[in-house]
Amino acid sequence: MDSHYYHSLYRSMIGTVVFVSLLPLLVITLLAGYQFATAYKGKVLDHLREIVQKHEQVINNYLDEKVAEVRVLTDTLEAPRFMEENRLRQLHEALVRRHGGDFVDLGLVSTQGRLVAYSGPFRLGKADYSSSGWFREVMERKVYISDVFLGLRGVPHFIIAVRFASEGKDWILRTTLDFVSFNQLVEDIRLGKTGQAFIVNQKGDFQTTPKSDLKTELPIVRDILEDAAPANALSSTPRVRTTITERPSTGRDTIFVTSPLKNGEWTLIYQQDAADAFSELYTIRWVGLLVLSLGAIGITIMAFILSRRMVTRIRQADMSKEMMNEQVIEAGKLASVGELAAGIAHEINNPVAIMMEEAGWIQDLMGEGLEVDDNMDEARRALLQIKTQGARCRDITHKLLSFARKIDPTVKCVNMNELVEEIASLSEQRAKYANVHIGVVLGENIPDIPASPSEMQQVVLNLVNNSIDAMAGKGGDLTMSTRNANGVVELVISDTGMGIPRANLNRIFDPFFTTKPVGKGTGLGLSIVYGIINKMGGDIKVTSSIDLGTSFTIKLPVPDKAAGATDHAEE
Amino acid sequence: MQKNNVKIHGVENENKGGPMSANVLLVDDEQAFVDTMTKRLSKRGLEVRTANSGAEALTALEGWKYVDVVVLDVKMPGMDGIDVLKQVKAGWPLVEVVMLTGHATVESAIEGMKLGAFDYLLKPCEIDDLMAKIRDAHEKKSLHEDKILQSRAESIVSRRGD
Repeated sequence: MDSHYYHSLYRSMIGTVVFVSLLPLLVITLLAGYQFATAYKGKVLDHLREIVQKHEQVINNYLDEKVAEVRVLTDTLEAPRFMEENRLRQLHEALVRRHGGDFVDLGLVSTQGRLVAYSGPFRLGKADYSSSGWFREVMERKVYISDVFLGLRGVPHFIIAVRFASEGKDWILRTTLDFVSFNQLVEDIRLGKTGQAFIVNQKGDFQTTPKSDLKTELPIVRDILEDAAPANALSSTPRVRTTITERPSTGRDTIFVTSPLKNGEWTLIYQQDAADAFSELYTIRWVGLLVLSLGAIGITIMAFILSRRMVTRIRQADMSKEMMNEQVIEAGKLASVGELAAGIAHEINNPVAIMMEEAGWIQDLMGEGLEVDDNMDEARRALLQIKTQGARCRDITHKLLSFARKIDPTVKCVNMNELVEEIASLSEQRAKYANVHIGVVLGENIPDIPASPSEMQQVVLNLVNNSIDAMAGKGGDLTMSTRNANGVVELVISDTGMGIPRANLNRIFDPFFTTKPVGKGTGLGLSIVYGIINKMGGDIKVTSSIDLGTSFTIKLPVPDKAAGATDHAEE
Repeated sequence: MQKNNVKIHGVENENKGGPMSANVLLVDDEQAFVDTMTKRLSKRGLEVRTANSGAEALTALEGWKYVDVVVLDVKMPGMDGIDVLKQVKAGWPLVEVVMLTGHATVESAIEGMKLGAFDYLLKPCEIDDLMAKIRDAHEKKSLHEDKILQSRAESIVSRRGD
């Protein structure tokens, strides 16, 4: 049972330590981790958005600039001037010179779609564009930037076409723009290992060449575009949108940042694996988890070690306390035996004094001569008195011997009635001098109790001594009564003494608690009584009121076995 | 004064060997002890009266004005020796008290000394020791009485001188 107690103590200590240490750690880690992750992700996405936005501006600017270049030409020159072969070439060369190789060619197209003049690396002759998409568009819109397409020559390019009026007729100035340098603008957006940007048109065709094959992404991209479409209609919604979704080709979460270009005809899409974009966050998360788990392991190990050590200490402390208790009981035994001895000594002293006086008297008489007067009779009387007093001494010593014979800690059957009477007669003399009258009320059918006679003597004697002390000076009545209360033997020792103050009432069973002056009491008596009764599985209660008296009630259980045994013995 | 003192001492010392006529009140709760002790002390020339309790002792003192020494047992039921001593010293300051005590109550005997008892003896005691103590106590009482008489006389003389 004891080891069970220590084991459960051990477990509850571990549980408490682990719970109390780990819970805050866990909560802090999770909260801080979540906060940090949210903030960090937000920041990364903001950063991506910013980059995309910037590039969107750059690309728009690029396109606007190209359109502007062409429009400068159409604004300043009349159509016939373009038709001069050299004039167009000079313009084209000037553009190439000043704007790098962006302008691949330059051509003038009539409203019938016929190429009227051309300057560029291709020998196009009189190409007919009347059926081309861009031609139809530019006839409607005046300025048109085409999607990227392979064109007649099978090379990816896109066209800027501007319709203008000159000398009463409409003309179209068209230029092919280098796809490579345009592509470069988008390809420059590269972050991390997986970050890449591309442009798609409304149909979802790629306008730039992505680094890796993105055919599988097209459905997602289309979904994103569809989602984005209504948003575009509302001017208040931000143009740059962010979506995080699972990418089918890799199965990993991927960030898509989209931004409309060219009035929504194209969309700039930046995509990056979430793991890549948040790689630092994930690293920190891993480090955090590692630290957390190491901490948890450390705490658990420490909890185990410390709890084991603590429980061992507690067990040792309990053991030494138990030993101490035994020593205290031993010391208390000596103290109560000493008290008893003093009482007995005084009781013997009186008859001894009488005997000595009588002996002295006989000597006196003999000095006078026994034959004188009735000296002989007087000597006889004195001798008789000596005998009487000797008998008194003998009674006392017999009483003491029968008491001493029971100083034996082994458990025997103790009859409480006998014990009470014995203590009453032993304490009578002491009570007499304290003006205390001892009354004994014995109940019937008191079963024997398995107990150590010496310990029971000690219990009753200590309580009786205390009661007599409580009535010292004034005197009073000490009543000891026994009762059989449903298989429990009840002994009540009550006095009419000074009573115990309420403040002291729950301390009286504490060892070394005493209200007697230093050197008068050890403060052990009641703690020993408590210890003995407790050990026997009994119960001791005290009620007291100041100046009216105190009453101790001891309840001792009678085991069925013992009751049966005594019944059997009686038969 | 000093002269007188010495003189009185001398007178008392002369008397020491001879019979002493002190009045003794013997207080003890043991009747047999009191009886025998009375006989022995009487035989030694003392006037002895007895009491079996503190209350009886005080009554006896009321009724017998010539008590010189009270021999008092400390441990008695009812009023114990110390209480009796206090009352005796309060009511009859000149009466000397010799206390008898068992070993267990030596402390209370010492307390008695503090309260003005003449001396104490451990019970059982030798009759000669008790006699000696009673004699000394009686001497002290006589000395006190003489002193009082003398100072009374002196005061009368000085008053006349006025």
